[in-house]
Amino acid sequence: MDIVYTIWLRSVKRYLRSKSRIIGSLGMPLFLMLVLGFGLDSVVQIPGMEEGYMDFIIPGIVAMSVLFTSVFSGIQIIWDKQFGFLKATLVAPVSRLEIMIGQTLGGATAAVIQGLILMVLVLLIGLHPVSIAGFLIAVGFMALIGVTFTALGIAIASRMEDMHGFQLIMNFIVFVIFGLSGALFPIDGLPDYIRPLTLADPLTYGVEGIRYGLSGIAQVHPFTCLAVMASCAVLMIVVGAYLFRKIQS
Amino acid sequence: MTRSSASPQTTNPTPAIEVCNLTKSFGNFVAVDNISFSIARGEIFGLLGPNGAGKTTTISMLSTIQKPTSGTAMINGHDVVAEEDAVRKSIGIVFQDQSLDEELTAYENMDFHGRLYRIPGEVRRKRIGELLALVGLEDRKDDFVKTYSGGMRRRLEIARGLLHEPKVLFLDEPTLGLDPQTRNHLWEYIARLNEEKGITIILTTHYMEEADRLCDRIAIIDHGAIVVLDTAENLKNSIGGDVVTITSPDPDAIAGLLTAPWVSSIEQHDGLVTIHLQEADRHIPGIVTAIHQNGIGITSLSVRKPTLEDVFLHYTGRTIREGGATGKEAMRMIYRARGG
Ligand SMILES: Nc1ncnc2c1ncn2[C@@H]1O[C@H](COP(=O)(O)OP(=O)(O)OP(=O)(O)O)[C@@H](O)[C@H]1O
Ligand SMILES: [Mg+2]
Repeated sequence: MDIVYTIWLRSVKRYLRSKSRIIGSLGMPLFLMLVLGFGLDSVVQIPGMEEGYMDFIIPGIVAMSVLFTSVFSGIQIIWDKQFGFLKATLVAPVSRLEIMIGQTLGGATAAVIQGLILMVLVLLIGLHPVSIAGFLIAVGFMALIGVTFTALGIAIASRMEDMHGFQLIMNFIVFVIFGLSGALFPIDGLPDYIRPLTLADPLTYGVEGIRYGLSGIAQVHPFTCLAVMASCAVLMIVVGAYLFRKIQS
Repeated sequence: MTRSSASPQTTNPTPAIEVCNLTKSFGNFVAVDNISFSIARGEIFGLLGPNGAGKTTTISMLSTIQKPTSGTAMINGHDVVAEEDAVRKSIGIVFQDQSLDEELTAYENMDFHGRLYRIPGEVRRKRIGELLALVGLEDRKDDFVKTYSGGMRRRLEIARGLLHEPKVLFLDEPTLGLDPQTRNHLWEYIARLNEEKGITIILTTHYMEEADRLCDRIAIIDHGAIVVLDTAENLKNSIGGDVVTITSPDPDAIAGLLTAPWVSSIEQHDGLVTIHLQEADRHIPGIVTAIHQNGIGITSLSVRKPTLEDVFLHYTGRTIREGGATGKEAMRMIYRARGG
């Protein structure tokens, strides 16, 4: 536990110190929210939801922010590898599982903080207030997204030699995981050939979970969301830990 | 794990390091070729060799970072493959390449390391303070490592390697890229550590002077194999009493000329002829006369006692700096991490 805490602490410290990264990665979500949210608010009508499109995509945008931050945090292991720091950690008498768990929790924490910063900004822009319980539910789902995708980042980083494939992977994450999720469109209205893909995307359940917390309305039952996201988190930790065990410094 | 810590060092006959037929191949390439040696507790042992000789690879295997292809190695009585964790607990290592977190302060780097080794808070804080003072960084302890110079980083890494009081300390080119003053300072410090704390030290270097000054015994390693292993004194004596170096426009001719039985060996390199012989003062007139009689010019001539450099040349047929060592060294100092 001490070791997990040590790794977690370093990871969170590094995140909190990277001011430019924190601020820089608010840009894209805010931009999307303003352009899509305000731009389409009066045009798009979400079935079964009185609120406009803006309220619909806010959970999706928050999820996106958590997603990017967590994948990025996981992949940061490659930098540790390149800066030699990973070698110094791996030569210590600690198990790789502890290192991996610490790193995952650290990345997830950073991702949740990033998501929270965005949520606060959104409240300022004009999201209607949510109940404490709803807020906590949303944070819980953010944490699950954070764990799942930090672990995914670690799994990818464990197999990568250097940063060359980085852009490719980030694009994959953006287009496939975020794009297919129900972050920007309602699942119910999807054509038959996309719907299964969206339902196969774990982020969909994260987004729906946050949406349930923030607006009380979701197209997937919150328990289903919880079950799927929790399973994904556990699965990704197992896969990440397995691959990380074989990492070559 | 309990074996070594249960019995005091002085009565424990287990060598600090015992290496037997250790080999490491990368594909068809043999980086470390069947080496065997044993290092006593409290010894400072040097691995001296040119770039690519296999020093780092050897250290990596001894410190559990890489698995040997074949052969065994025991650290403090623990097998590096079968008892990884016990080995890791008893060793400290300063890597050849930088391994600090630049986004953390010096203190935080130390603290992170201390926690990884489960050093209790009280002890940890005290030792970090002491060690940072020892390497002269206590004033800068709260500065980010990214603002440190190369020498400061090196000192910090050495302090970090000592934090958990390892029984065996690996130093992979500890003074690479440091200025002579800092280097001297570190040498003194390494010697003191060894003396006061009885830490067994194994260091790699391609600085002859470093090996000569610090090491109780030196293994010259080339192309992955140990060429010769002995004390610096014995190594120097082993190649004959004196060294005569002659610079000449025609070194080949000189090398062919001196075939007298009192010449123990003769090497030529870069327009230099190096002659190993006993009692040089008696033979120099003869050498000079012979060269002149054959109409060969002598640009300069010097006589000295052998250095490790001569030993190296003698056993490997090359000087240690051959093959662009300096260029690679300079590159390495531009930390490989920069820009990936
Ligand atoms: N992971 C690897 N894959 C392939 N070859 C390797 C690997 N690591 C080392 N080598 C090769 O093994 C040889 C020995 O390398 P090593 O790093 O041990 O040399 P060294 O003695 O430490 O040299 P230097 O003085 O430059 O640090 C080199 O030829 C190197 O190219
Ligand atoms: Mg090396």
